[in-house]
Amino acid sequence: MASNTETTEPTLEDLGVGQMDLLRFATAGSVDDGKSTLIGRLLLDSKAIFSDQLEAVEATSQSKGYDYTDLALLTDGLRSEREQGITIDVAYRYFATPRRKFIIADTPGHVQYTRNMVTGASTADLGLVLVDARQGLTEQSRRHAVILSLLRVPHMVLAVNKMDLVDYDQAVYDRISREFTAFATKLSIPDLEIIPISALKGDNVVTRSEHMPWYQGSSLMHHLENVHVASDRDLIDARLPVQYVVRPKSDEFHDYRGYAGQLAGGVLKPGDEVVVLPSGMTSKIAGIDLFDREITEAYPPMSVTVRLEDDVDVSRGDMIARVNNAPQASQDIDAMVCWMTNEPLHPRQKLAIKHTTRTGRALVKDIQYRLDINTLHRDQETKELGLNEIGRVQLRTTVPLLCDSYSKNRTTGSFILIDEATGVTVGGGMII
Amino acid sequence: MSQTHADYRLSQLDQLEAESIHIFREVAAEFEKPVLMFSGGKDSIVMLRLAEKAFYPAKIPFPVLQVDTGYDFPEVLETRDNWVQRLGVRMIVASVEQAIADKVVVDDGKTSRNRLQIGTLLHAIEEEGFTAAFGGGRRDEEKARAKERVYSHRDDFGQWDPKNQRPELWSLYNGRIHGGEHMRIFPLSNWTELDIWHYLAQEQVEIPSIYFSHQRRVFQRDGMWLSESEFNPTKGNETVEERTVRFRTVGDLTLTGCVESEADTIERIIEEVAIATVTERGATRGDDRFSEAAMEDRKKEGYF
Repeated sequence: MASNTETTEPTLEDLGVGQMDLLRFATAGSVDDGKSTLIGRLLLDSKAIFSDQLEAVEATSQSKGYDYTDLALLTDGLRSEREQGITIDVAYRYFATPRRKFIIADTPGHVQYTRNMVTGASTADLGLVLVDARQGLTEQSRRHAVILSLLRVPHMVLAVNKMDLVDYDQAVYDRISREFTAFATKLSIPDLEIIPISALKGDNVVTRSEHMPWYQGSSLMHHLENVHVASDRDLIDARLPVQYVVRPKSDEFHDYRGYAGQLAGGVLKPGDEVVVLPSGMTSKIAGIDLFDREITEAYPPMSVTVRLEDDVDVSRGDMIARVNNAPQASQDIDAMVCWMTNEPLHPRQKLAIKHTTRTGRALVKDIQYRLDINTLHRDQETKELGLNEIGRVQLRTTVPLLCDSYSKNRTTGSFILIDEATGVTVGGGMII
Repeated sequence: MSQTHADYRLSQLDQLEAESIHIFREVAAEFEKPVLMFSGGKDSIVMLRLAEKAFYPAKIPFPVLQVDTGYDFPEVLETRDNWVQRLGVRMIVASVEQAIADKVVVDDGKTSRNRLQIGTLLHAIEEEGFTAAFGGGRRDEEKARAKERVYSHRDDFGQWDPKNQRPELWSLYNGRIHGGEHMRIFPLSNWTELDIWHYLAQEQVEIPSIYFSHQRRVFQRDGMWLSESEFNPTKGNETVEERTVRFRTVGDLTLTGCVESEADTIERIIEEVAIATVTERGATRGDDRFSEAAMEDRKKEGYF
């Protein structure tokens, strides 16, 4: 052991262990919007980029004959993407400040990659949309806002980038703000922040810009660190999809029978009266275990094991809820579906469906309309959905889904569709 | 209601733990024959800890598989054995030496043990008929991993096709595979190196002693400090000296470098990691240094 007389041992609290909270955000945009530059800057300024990564990127930039370091190379991970110079898949990036850890789902912005953006947005607390101040709102930025709204991402930031190229002009920002706010009234965006930035020069990225004294709001980083996400969780409607039945059958835990799952909503406590769906049997919670500890309350997104007082039949795919507040059990599902494969979706098609911990089969009864995600126009003429298209679909399932509307609960309101022959995920659905 | 949302806050570490436990339970419920790839390194210790929690008080319902390169650090093997014994879990050891003897892989004297692990591992998965193999890979480790799914599909040859990955939405994982294929599962996808250390500090579980600062006889090669060992003869003008070092990763000892460090407690390691300027792979893994796409190439072949 080395002797360290002058330095004192830091405590775990000093080091921030267990102190930080989490924000997942999705970014959308193309290279032209400066998205990669912005992400590169967030990573650099929060020291999430290491010197060997930076050196590799500097070397590659140099060998390509650039006279600048192309920060986009930091995020373009696969060789084919580096060769083509575009981002074709969702890439996950990580950085942290002393208060918060951030997970970025970095997605490509082009229309042919809508499915990637839907994927990235599905788990996001916040969506970051970039526009080029010189061009103002484009079809692409509107589409990004529509997707974030459809996926019910509760917070949105519109970053008006390249303000340095419009002389930090307030009029440019005001015009884009007005236009976007008007457009956003057609969408479901509970919280919107519009921030003028220059990713390249660093204005309003981490620190407030001196070039834009007319802007009174916070810098992007300050907003990301402080945006309030705790209240986005539903703490009223208790939902525990049962994943796994824990039965040790050991001498010590001979009669133990626990129902393991991750809370999708609400708060559960020992003594609560609960109903098990789809059977409808009722019981009381005898105890809630978190590893070797009994806890007094379980809430999302905790992974717990619940024991019941009565010996009721519970298995994977069931849902534990409250007697007077349970999800509906339905085999007829209306949903917005994003289609993710080349072969189009059409009526009468049969697919596998996975919803919470339940798997079954689904028959496409009708495609009611296709949503034009640029104009929000509902096209009722076309009776199929092509790759990257989103539309309203009616399904009939072989097993009842224990579901809520997606607008009420993103976990019990979502499902995926799987091609039974190839096993590939071909669609994502949001229950209406 | 008297309680507010603020009372129901979960720290990011608790959220990561809950997400990973969810993944372990999904796999145990949906796959016929899962296995956990366990190296004895810090990431696989976190994996085993999460698996322990996911099924407690029942035992972990799948075996662990270790690929023994023959060049493993004895301290790591000791920790591995302690964990396996405490949890009462079945351990399968796939030995690279044995694979060479059985001509499953070819040791041409130039290929590293790390690379020979690929064939050894795939052979073991095929032999035992495993349908899902948990790995400790993290997306923050390397650019190719940043795009890999939590459920990562492997074809009949154990290969990864990065351009043909399944979309992965919400926390709905698709575990469908055909006969002969298998799935690699990465429950630590969203963890960073710092998260791993924070978690180990919080959990206070046993990790190999070589992660902590100690005296070791080392020599310098390609800018890395390597351990003196019978498997790793010095060449030319390489000279062995004693230094105060620790390891940031624990792999094949002929390729895994150590860093000079005084960090002798987890708290001090966290301090050190928080201010480190080089990624753990870049600093100490000879196998990732050869090209910018080294990891992607090995992954495509079936590496962890």
